[in-house]
Amino acid sequence: MKKLLVLGAGTAGTMAANKLRRRLDPRDWSITVVDQDDAHHYQPGYLFIPFGIYDRDDVVRSRHHFLADGIDLELGEIDRVEPEACVVRLLDGRTLHYDQLVIATGTTPRPDQTPGMLGPEWRRSIFDFYTLEGAEALAKALPGLDHGRLVVHITEMPIKCPVAPLEFTFLADAWLRERGLREQVELVFVTPLDGAFTQPVAAEYLGSMLEERHIVVEPDFMVERVDAENRTLVSYDEREVPFDLLVTVPLNMGADYIARSGLGDELNYVPVDKHTLLSTAYSNVFALGDASDIPASKAGSVAHFACEVFVENFLQHVNGLAMTGSFDGHANCFVESGDERALLIDFNYDTEPLPGRYPLPVVGPLSLLKETHANHLGKLAFRHVYWNVLLPGRPIPLPAHMSMAGKHVPVKKE
Amino acid sequence: MPITSIDGHQIHVDDEGFMTDPEEWSEPLAKSLAQQIGLELTDEHWAAIRFLRSDYREQGETATLRRISVVGGIPTKSLFALFPQKPAKKLAYVAGLPKPHGCV
Repeated sequence: MKKLLVLGAGTAGTMAANKLRRRLDPRDWSITVVDQDDAHHYQPGYLFIPFGIYDRDDVVRSRHHFLADGIDLELGEIDRVEPEACVVRLLDGRTLHYDQLVIATGTTPRPDQTPGMLGPEWRRSIFDFYTLEGAEALAKALPGLDHGRLVVHITEMPIKCPVAPLEFTFLADAWLRERGLREQVELVFVTPLDGAFTQPVAAEYLGSMLEERHIVVEPDFMVERVDAENRTLVSYDEREVPFDLLVTVPLNMGADYIARSGLGDELNYVPVDKHTLLSTAYSNVFALGDASDIPASKAGSVAHFACEVFVENFLQHVNGLAMTGSFDGHANCFVESGDERALLIDFNYDTEPLPGRYPLPVVGPLSLLKETHANHLGKLAFRHVYWNVLLPGRPIPLPAHMSMAGKHVPVKKE
Repeated sequence: MPITSIDGHQIHVDDEGFMTDPEEWSEPLAKSLAQQIGLELTDEHWAAIRFLRSDYREQGETATLRRISVVGGIPTKSLFALFPQKPAKKLAYVAGLPKPHGCV
């Protein structure tokens, strides 16, 4: 009997285990998934919690509920992987052997990595919204904001869901407008990037959306520390951004056990081949979802598309065949823009987000890089798709590879 | 891919002027590139440039500021002093390497 061990029962780990359970003969392969708790969070839902649209019950379910029969869930904290011995040790002393290992423990916000972020002002005037507790704390604090400076801040790239800070900013703008408070609250977007987003066409479009909404952008800002006492962000080149309420996205890092196991890069991400997701160091270790170092968005859609390619590759790999699937870095994200509208962006390693139409079976085409109500409905509907179709590993009629169909390619200026 | 000439060096560059062929780079060329963006190279600049070049050879990608500080041992604060405002871009430009990936 061979053993497949999956570390992490989040989006990537759950999908991979469920898809492989259907494809691997239970007489030949056991599948075990390890996680530290039994709470699966629908992380894209955190965005709506500060504005009272979702609450805890909308975004948390039990992990084991989503794992198919024939998959064992072990709860425990991972101490380390010993890849030479093909063993994973848990902190409580248990030892799990594997023939194939899938690392899918994601990435985590680390406010402890920026001096001054954690401290007396944490969750008083300094908030995050990438954790359930942070989003809930912010839901309590936002109603008290009736004047001053609301600063939305990204510490360093990469972060998971790189559009979420923009979405939060757009939603905050609409929320303040609805309450007649927008004139009294200055809204500032502070980013280490040189504009609103990384990719030129989308950056220009999203940048003009910020401008229309009178949101001030502070670009190229690498935070060195937070001066909590004076409620000020201080950059390495000694620029200062004062705030009354700070909504920050802390540094994101892969799990610490990855560093302890010698498997990670400087941010604890596992180096893999970006097309096969196989570790560059060990031929029986894959990394899926946010845990790997692929140069794609850290997002559920990427985990989903990558997983489709991974499953076929994995079956070839364990049968001694060359892997023929090649992941293209495909990402597909709804971007909430306030007032019940949203944009849709679709891109991969080589093609940036472009305007046009995105063909969708049954529902009909959605507009790309354009604010529409239909996109907003798509975003809300996605939560049901996530729980009921995506996590169980049921087929979704969306191709894993990005398609150029419907996209408008800009004419290159000479 | 445009070709440009700097101080008599013919080099391939992208739309923003970053070199696209690391093999065309040389130390004298680095001095010329530095002058283009108003920098006079000191030993400290060279230490950063050499780390970036050797890390690129091993990794095939331009190191981020975090990698230069964690792996290369050069604090981010110093990089901002040496290559003001946009250290990651300026350093890659002078070292003749592709612009660092703004991760998406």
